[in-house]
Amino acid sequence: MAARIDPIIGRYVHMSLGGRAHRIYFEEAGQGIPLVCLHTAGADGRQYRHLMTDSAITEHFRVLAFDLPWHGKSTPPDGWEREEYRLTTHSYTEAIRAFCAALELTRPVALGCSIGGRIVLNLAIAHASEFRALIGLEAAEFQQSWYDTEWLHRPDVHGGEVCAGLVSGLMAPQSPEVPRWETLWMYMQGGPGVFKGDLHFYRVEGDLRGRIAAIDTRICPLYLLTGEYDYSCTPEDTRRTAAQIPGVEVVVMKEVGHFPMSENPAQFRRYILPVLERIRGAAA
Amino acid sequence: MTDNLTGLLERFETVPAAANADQWLQRRGRFLSTECLVGIGAVPYRLSIEHGRIARCERGPFVMPSWSFAIRGEEEAWRGHWEPMPAPHYHDIFALSKRGLLHIEGDLHPLMANVFYFKTLLALPRRRLGGH
Repeated sequence: MAARIDPIIGRYVHMSLGGRAHRIYFEEAGQGIPLVCLHTAGADGRQYRHLMTDSAITEHFRVLAFDLPWHGKSTPPDGWEREEYRLTTHSYTEAIRAFCAALELTRPVALGCSIGGRIVLNLAIAHASEFRALIGLEAAEFQQSWYDTEWLHRPDVHGGEVCAGLVSGLMAPQSPEVPRWETLWMYMQGGPGVFKGDLHFYRVEGDLRGRIAAIDTRICPLYLLTGEYDYSCTPEDTRRTAAQIPGVEVVVMKEVGHFPMSENPAQFRRYILPVLERIRGAAA
Repeated sequence: MTDNLTGLLERFETVPAAANADQWLQRRGRFLSTECLVGIGAVPYRLSIEHGRIARCERGPFVMPSWSFAIRGEEEAWRGHWEPMPAPHYHDIFALSKRGLLHIEGDLHPLMANVFYFKTLLALPRRRLGGH
């Protein structure tokens, strides 16, 4: 009997970010319109493995997910041991554009969740013409904090346990146990201080209030999908953001939380397939 | 099922026996020894935890109680949290905290070093009703 092998290929691409050499891990599957998927804070591209094994998507889209520097299998830059990792709007945007350029992706679709949803808004503000469409999951221009991030990186608290413990409640109680715990496993595996460093962008530096009105959805369509159980980025946060953007489409997803693509892939599929279908229709 | 305060207290008082019989929870808490206060509406309980085991569960009111941290929830918070399938914003103690229906204070180290333990512990009345 033939072995069951996922049709996902993982490789490394070398690129310069912030003037420093980086070795970035990415996975891909499928062919067609490039769909670049951006993982949540403190996690990695494995969150999108279900999209990459869904033939309804991969027949029409080349699904790609890269691990941000310091995340997953991407190597931190030389000298990392002497610095504190902090993601910024600039460094995040640079990484996405550099990845798309390195792989010579022509007007890809970008889909990001959480911090990925936030940066998608910045792409819509500053680089809309480079993308065919933008999809923000659990995205808002700003949201209220709900815990002190100092707990995420200190020697007397296990980083993996506290990161996973905190985000565990962001998932919907209806999401099945197996994908819920797989989602948490990725948080348990994050490097020390990495989740906290991502949240520097999310909570401190990357506040997009006052800039959202610059988004022109005639240049690039924007879709915002948020899970009803997400209390970090609530549906109200997304609606408040969307109210400032003419032409944006908002969907509140039932029975999912902050990690729709990994906590409940079957439920997420019901919401993302029609969006991808529309993007494909517009491209035809 | 909608509980009044008496019903909520009865359900909370089942927590020690359920916790001490839960092997997953006992393993999770094997390095945890602390005293914490849990408020169910206006009624405080002090839990004494020794290596993950609930050694004592005392019901207040207290005179000068000592505790490391306190989690005080309004009746509405616990009623919603213990529904078999909680509604959004009632499904997690930090969601309730963000909503202002539950207050967490004190020396939070034992809580933050054992987040899974305490989330599971405080959701035990839900699980007994067939939720998870």
